[in-house]
Amino acid sequence: MLTRDDYQGTKEAWCPGCGNFGILNAVKKALLDLQLPPEKILMVSGIGQASKLPHYLRCNFFNGLHGRALPVALAAKLANPEMTVIVHNGDGDCYGEGGNHFLHNIRRNPDITCIVHDNKVYGLTKGQASPTSDKGFTTKVQTHGVFNEPFNPLAIAISMNCSFVARGYAGDLSYLAELIKKGIQHKGFSLIDVLQPCPTFNHVNTFRWYQERVYHLEEDKEFDPGNPLKAFYKAREWGDRIPLGVFYLHPRPTIEENIPALQAGPLYRQKIQPNRILDIMEEFYASPGEKPWLRGR
Amino acid sequence: MDKELTIKIGGEAGQGLVTIGSVLSNLFSRGGWYVFSSQDYESRIRGGHNIFQMRIADDPIWAMSDRVDVLIALDRETLYLHLPELHDNSVVIYDGEKIQAPPSGKVKLMSVPMDRIARESGGPILANTVALAATVGLLGYEIKYLEDYLRLTFGKKGEQIIRENTQAARRGHEEALRICREKREVCPFQVRPLDAPTKMLVSGNEGVALGALAAGCKFYSGYPMTPSTGILTYMASKADQFGVVVEQAEDEIAAINMVIGASFAGARAMTATSGGGFDLMTEGFSLAGMTETPIVVVLGQRPGPATGLPTRTEQAELQYAIHASHGEFPRMVLAPGTPEQAFYLTAHAFNQAEKYQIPVIILTDQYLADSYFSLDRPLDPDKITIDRCLLSEEELGRMKEEYRRYALSETGISPRTIPGQSRHLVMADSDEHDEYGHIIEDRETRSRQAAKRMKKEQMMEQDILPPNIYGHLKAKNIIICWGSTWGIVHETMKKLHDEGEDVAMLHFTQIWPFPSRQVKDLLRDRDELICIENNATGQLASIIREKTGMAMDEKILQADGRPFSVQYLFETVQEVIR
Repeated sequence: MLTRDDYQGTKEAWCPGCGNFGILNAVKKALLDLQLPPEKILMVSGIGQASKLPHYLRCNFFNGLHGRALPVALAAKLANPEMTVIVHNGDGDCYGEGGNHFLHNIRRNPDITCIVHDNKVYGLTKGQASPTSDKGFTTKVQTHGVFNEPFNPLAIAISMNCSFVARGYAGDLSYLAELIKKGIQHKGFSLIDVLQPCPTFNHVNTFRWYQERVYHLEEDKEFDPGNPLKAFYKAREWGDRIPLGVFYLHPRPTIEENIPALQAGPLYRQKIQPNRILDIMEEFYASPGEKPWLRGR
Repeated sequence: MDKELTIKIGGEAGQGLVTIGSVLSNLFSRGGWYVFSSQDYESRIRGGHNIFQMRIADDPIWAMSDRVDVLIALDRETLYLHLPELHDNSVVIYDGEKIQAPPSGKVKLMSVPMDRIARESGGPILANTVALAATVGLLGYEIKYLEDYLRLTFGKKGEQIIRENTQAARRGHEEALRICREKREVCPFQVRPLDAPTKMLVSGNEGVALGALAAGCKFYSGYPMTPSTGILTYMASKADQFGVVVEQAEDEIAAINMVIGASFAGARAMTATSGGGFDLMTEGFSLAGMTETPIVVVLGQRPGPATGLPTRTEQAELQYAIHASHGEFPRMVLAPGTPEQAFYLTAHAFNQAEKYQIPVIILTDQYLADSYFSLDRPLDPDKITIDRCLLSEEELGRMKEEYRRYALSETGISPRTIPGQSRHLVMADSDEHDEYGHIIEDRETRSRQAAKRMKKEQMMEQDILPPNIYGHLKAKNIIICWGSTWGIVHETMKKLHDEGEDVAMLHFTQIWPFPSRQVKDLLRDRDELICIENNATGQLASIIREKTGMAMDEKILQADGRPFSVQYLFETVQEVIR
């Protein structure tokens, strides 16, 4: 029986009151509920405050480059599908610098849980706007306020038939933990965008601001996550009311299931036999009769 | 060399000249001849002026010759453009019913109604089969070899395709024989099969890919880019058979990060690209350096900067390969000169990458990647050892303390294991980290970890591959070269020898870490050092100077997007040494 201590990593170095603490606790709760042994978990992250999360847990991790967590995670999953692979990145990390990988991994559908700590601001570089910043958000760079259309990760993911699309909130720990559990249990690419207040650089989207607006999708008895149009409609709801929950479910085969080479098990366990290239030597001779490469064997 | 012959096929992209070229290469190779073939093409899908050329000989050859003996002109442009390259005995095969021939001077013109025969046999698409068969007829090769080959290659496409092709081939062949009979002359070049073993015909890209498969590369990801795309396609074609995951990445940034992820999780992993793609990879390259993740990257050079000459050749990324990425970390740069070297060096690259936990670059170029070479010996997987340098299950089981991915050690190499294999956790970070893999900022830990990484470079000297020596090093003149120019320079050297010149050749296959000590020993007290490079600045010459203090007496450089010709080098070296 695993306990909370089994997941205890190093001491956190986040600002007091950071939304990341809530996310970290929700992750620990989800792992504990699922009783996932630390050595079977691989956390992959990019750069940013969110990406430091794996250090504060006890598990395998690869903390790579800004925006590049997904390609690393995808390939690690392909090399060893037996691992539970969870990605932690921020909004700038995943939707800005890593936007291209975000789109293409939705297409691939690896069995990865992608948690985005979405605080709508660049914290590590001290407060510039992010792709998800609301219009009018003023910073030292966006001096006239953001006038670009905010990136809507949920709507984009739904439009691309992402197999699991959800939104959580760092101030709603047990609900977020449930979403993370569902994401890990879901076979395929699970996007969990997490609303995360940044007390230092985002004075608009605060805990209080969210507290007044968020509601659970379950409140709407009509809502069906199998319906892409309804999901899309909900994904565009932003302002006085902000929905949380599983927006969209679209189970489909994962990339791992589609690759014949993986049927023989994880790549690291497959035997290396240099001699096997003899099977294809014939193609370089165009002479089906003779086998000079087997001479003397 | 008693007999040799050069065939040049020219036409527009899409006319099937590569098919003609590769079938002829295969037929001759199968008949015991040595074949070398290369392509010269423009960056477009259809149209333009493209060339496939092939040299065949009864002695080993590794380069193209300047003279053209048989010209197969599939369009008018080829006929006019290449007439000056022909000599008294050259033969031109063309379709006189479609192209008006220039007033024939000294060359022999052989008009074969390719288009008409093709249409009568099944369709205009068969024109290249007619040209192919006419060439076979002209050279005195028996049609049955071609028929066998057609059956072999078109086997899967069905009886009708085989029938039509065979018919077109027979008629093209007969036509060539008829013309030879009527003109009462035999083609001066007869290449009937020799009483010699069949040769293996391999391209540089195939050499690399075969080396990777033999070494157990289990993960490959890449973004298509000339001239490295051949590796991607070849790996994909063998993926199911060899249990390789091949993924086409959304960009080169993803490709290298995937390779790092796969390697971290335990698979031998490789990517291939060209200069522009490698630009995008450099951040990931340094990630491999910092996280000490073993990866193999093939950098197939082509002329730059930016997109340069996308389909042509150059050796201008040597300095780039040894310096690419920010920060300091050990790496290895290998540069094969032939498909055979590419095969063994690629396998070596995987072992070295894992032994030292470093990124390894295999530096090729368009000339090596796309050219086909006859190998005398079959590639021998028995010569390949697999050395993964991972902690064994037993060692992991015995380990009492917590596993430290970046443990300090005498050699700078930390014991490596894979996540998920045991109870031990593997933690890696792109930030500076402590022995466990956790982020740090204190100066002591930074210094220790940075020093640990660099220490590996000294260790790597024990595996360094010194340059290969050809000829006698007591020679007055030493020609120095690296990578793909091996064949051209080697043939030049032989030619110079035949002319009584006192020359030897030094060829580098490992550039980094640079074999400084060995080079100092080899080149001490040498008279004349001549460096030959396919670039504008003499990049190897600079490295030699930096690492040994020795300056070249002469540099022969060329950066016009084309490989050197043996004739040009022969004349230039002669000029230089006199």
